[in-house]
Amino acid sequence: MSRRLLLMLPLIGFLLLMLFLYLGLGLNPFHRESKLVEEARAFPSFDLVTLEDPERRVDESLIQGEVTLVNVWGEWCPECKREMPQLLDLADRGVRLVGVNWKDTRDKALGFLEEFGDPFEVNIFDPEGELAFELGVYGAPESFLVDGDGIIRYHHTGYISPSDLREHILPEVQKWQ
Amino acid sequence: MAVIRWMLAATLLLLMTGLVQGAAIEVREFDDLVLEKRYDSLTASMRCPTCQNQAINDSDAPVSGDMRDRVYQLLQDGRSDMEIRDHMVQRFGEYILYNPRLEGRTYLLWGLPAVLVVAGGILVMLMVRARRNASARALSDEERQRLETLINRGNGQ
Repeated sequence: MSRRLLLMLPLIGFLLLMLFLYLGLGLNPFHRESKLVEEARAFPSFDLVTLEDPERRVDESLIQGEVTLVNVWGEWCPECKREMPQLLDLADRGVRLVGVNWKDTRDKALGFLEEFGDPFEVNIFDPEGELAFELGVYGAPESFLVDGDGIIRYHHTGYISPSDLREHILPEVQKWQ
Repeated sequence: MAVIRWMLAATLLLLMTGLVQGAAIEVREFDDLVLEKRYDSLTASMRCPTCQNQAINDSDAPVSGDMRDRVYQLLQDGRSDMEIRDHMVQRFGEYILYNPRLEGRTYLLWGLPAVLVVAGGILVMLMVRARRNASARALSDEERQRLETLINRGNGQ
């Protein structure tokens, strides 16, 4: 009996490996846990001007005091256009949104907001990608939910679909309020 | 045949020495040869966050360019390799390291090969011992009798 079991060992090993690989297939290769959320880090410090007013300097204190969704976007990013209706919906529901205009030019960015609507209280102008680098952004759009104490609580990579809004973003906003 | 083999070897060598590189990757000047070597090995050991399995020294994704810039800056600032890796992991996560660091959740990853080798060794040892015992052991009376009946039956028909 034990001998037969021994003979079965390679088969059992094979099945375990198959199970492991099968589970791996179900994972999303684009999903990354953000280090900043994992460690509940504070929003990184920065010193940049706003998109709307080149004279106005803002820093990390802008993101404190109230639950804020920080959305990294650029005019050159087609997915950013698709998520605008969802962001406008969020703004309508009273969620505070701050944009980070990433690797863009002022003219194009302002044109984008005119064409697709402006859900943002203010936009941080980041043409060199300094702030985005500190946030570990690797592709637009990306969104970070920051609580009232300025701690990053939730990270969404890529386009926010209407169902993402319902199932992830709104519950997280409520959770940290 | 020899020619094909030679060509294969040459192609492999080219690939391995990294001579085949994207045209979009910038060339950097270093005064110090050691810094250059460190830059090369650091950028080869970090994975581009947007691409599927490409090192940042091999990728023309914008984020890889930014990361190479940062590695370059930090090297010029005199930071150590470890500090530079930490700096990147702090922002982009463990994902970017081709060699994950040894920590709680990677013990299994680093330990499993050793465990499997030991387990395999034990298994082989057990099998060899079992086989040796089996061949050395003579037939029992019962087995001998059974063998005889089988042979007789075969002859009888």
